[in-house]
Amino acid sequence: MNTVILKEKAQEMRRLIVESIAEAGSGHPGGSLSLVEIMSYLYFFEASLHESDPLWPERDRIILSKGHAAPVLYAALACRGYLPTEEVLTLRKLGSRLQGHPDMRKLPGVEMSTGSLGQGLSIAGGLALGLRLQKKPQRVFAILGDGELQEGQVWEAALTAAHFKLHNLTAIIDNNGLQIDGATNDVKSLHPIVEKWQAFGWQTVTVDGHSYHDLYRGFRSQRDERPLAIIARTTKGKGVAYMENVADWHGKAPSKEQSRQYLETTGGEDIVD
Amino acid sequence: MKILSIKLEATRDAYGRALLYLGEHNPAVVVLDADLSKSTKTAVFAAKYPERFFNIGISEADLVGTACGFALAGLKPFASTFAIFATGRAYDQVRNSVAYPHLPVVIAATHAGLTVGPDGGSHQSLEDIALMRVLPHMQVWVPADGEEAYQMILAAAKEAGPVYVRLGRQPVPNVSPLGYNFVPGKAVTYGQHGDVVLIACGVMVAEALKTAHSLREQGISCQVINMSSIKPLDTAVLDQAAAASRLIVTIEEHQKAGGLGSACLEYLALHSRRPPVLVIGVEDVFGQSGEPYELLDHYGLTAESITAKIMAQLSSHGGQIAHCQTK
Repeated sequence: MNTVILKEKAQEMRRLIVESIAEAGSGHPGGSLSLVEIMSYLYFFEASLHESDPLWPERDRIILSKGHAAPVLYAALACRGYLPTEEVLTLRKLGSRLQGHPDMRKLPGVEMSTGSLGQGLSIAGGLALGLRLQKKPQRVFAILGDGELQEGQVWEAALTAAHFKLHNLTAIIDNNGLQIDGATNDVKSLHPIVEKWQAFGWQTVTVDGHSYHDLYRGFRSQRDERPLAIIARTTKGKGVAYMENVADWHGKAPSKEQSRQYLETTGGEDIVD
Repeated sequence: MKILSIKLEATRDAYGRALLYLGEHNPAVVVLDADLSKSTKTAVFAAKYPERFFNIGISEADLVGTACGFALAGLKPFASTFAIFATGRAYDQVRNSVAYPHLPVVIAATHAGLTVGPDGGSHQSLEDIALMRVLPHMQVWVPADGEEAYQMILAAAKEAGPVYVRLGRQPVPNVSPLGYNFVPGKAVTYGQHGDVVLIACGVMVAEALKTAHSLREQGISCQVINMSSIKPLDTAVLDQAAAASRLIVTIEEHQKAGGLGSACLEYLALHSRRPPVLVIGVEDVFGQSGEPYELLDHYGLTAESITAKIMAQLSSHGGQIAHCQTK
């Protein structure tokens, strides 16, 4: 694992996230930015993928259950070469392949259309069961928000995955502690989050979701027959100083001026021009 | 006109038979249930193909989502529970995870309509056709008997997109013509064009055939249409019905709003030669406990009630209908 390259990818993805949401005038920067290290780790290191053959049968599958973080998915796909980088500027625009929430029928590389929260883990579980039934070794990764865990279907799916011993399934919880209306602890507490997954029959590991070495430790945990939940402690809005840990940036777009400033301070090129 | 045969079979039993056939002939078929496998008859498949059967437990949202995952893995999932749960409890999952991404998931839902019987109003799905019909990509099929249900399940296995099949609990008479072959979007017609065209689906087809018999006894010629494919709708047969009849009657074991009658009216609304359309169904009320046939009688869905409604319509609007027809 070359963390220098991963960090470069992460910086590029952050710029694409900020610029695409600013250009769209709406979108979800906070929960996209908290996932950058996780997504770059998956798309540039952990998962087996072929950008030239998005439906390559032997690929690992990544399901973004928290579909509102679409900008980080598009940024990862763009950096990986699934789409031209400048296309991220069509985010949320009429006729775009880059819908406000991911649409698998519009953009190759999107494994599943998501957006209505709480559904991705069921889908990932079915996919893991289906792959196992066909004796295929590919792995399934589902990325959930922590606020998303308030959806009851997540826990239905957690029971199912444990019951069927889906050791080819990994759930990554983007534990940034914030949701639209404020702190998860204030809106509806998820505490104790790790013990919940354990009680539901999952293997768990807690990592720093912004550290590649820690992500590596989590993803490469010694596995048993249980599904694995990686609880990734993250910072919402990570990398954009004024967005960090501010719930209000869950679903608010930066202005184009703010975007330009961010690009300047991070040494990126403005792809609008 | 085919005489009703005495063979009785619930469409859910035919579903079980069809799954056994698919189990043997289509290795991609997997079956999921939510702790109702004995009732939905998926247990028949589970007994013979346990490795391809998945009981998801009492969690219908997860049932539908898991089925989507199987579809993404290249398999052909059939997801079953009662219609009330498949279309109500899991509506958002069906909308956003099945229909929106156009996944080849078959939702074979049983115990639809009033004929669930004694379980009562909480379990009598009278809205499912409406709920499924409004979803883009979703096909909606309602078999009239066991033979048609069997063929629909085999047909659903070949579809590249989502299908909702509405199945019933109660044994129903065989009404399918000999050698019948179900084709999506193609209705079955009984008899030649007549003054009255009865368009029905599901268990109401048998009642429509009985109704036609009693109307003929009163000198009224009529044709019966089994509109088993509500989506896609057989518009060609509606064109013929509109052109040749004095009255169109739709009959369904479902709310009047949003179901078969609505589907037909949406098409016929701008039809230049449309006769009046009498929509017969449940009148914006919930059901209640009772035996299946008692309930059909109570809610005005037996041949006797249907005949009376049609006679009332013909006598009260007879002049107007004739006037419409001559324009």
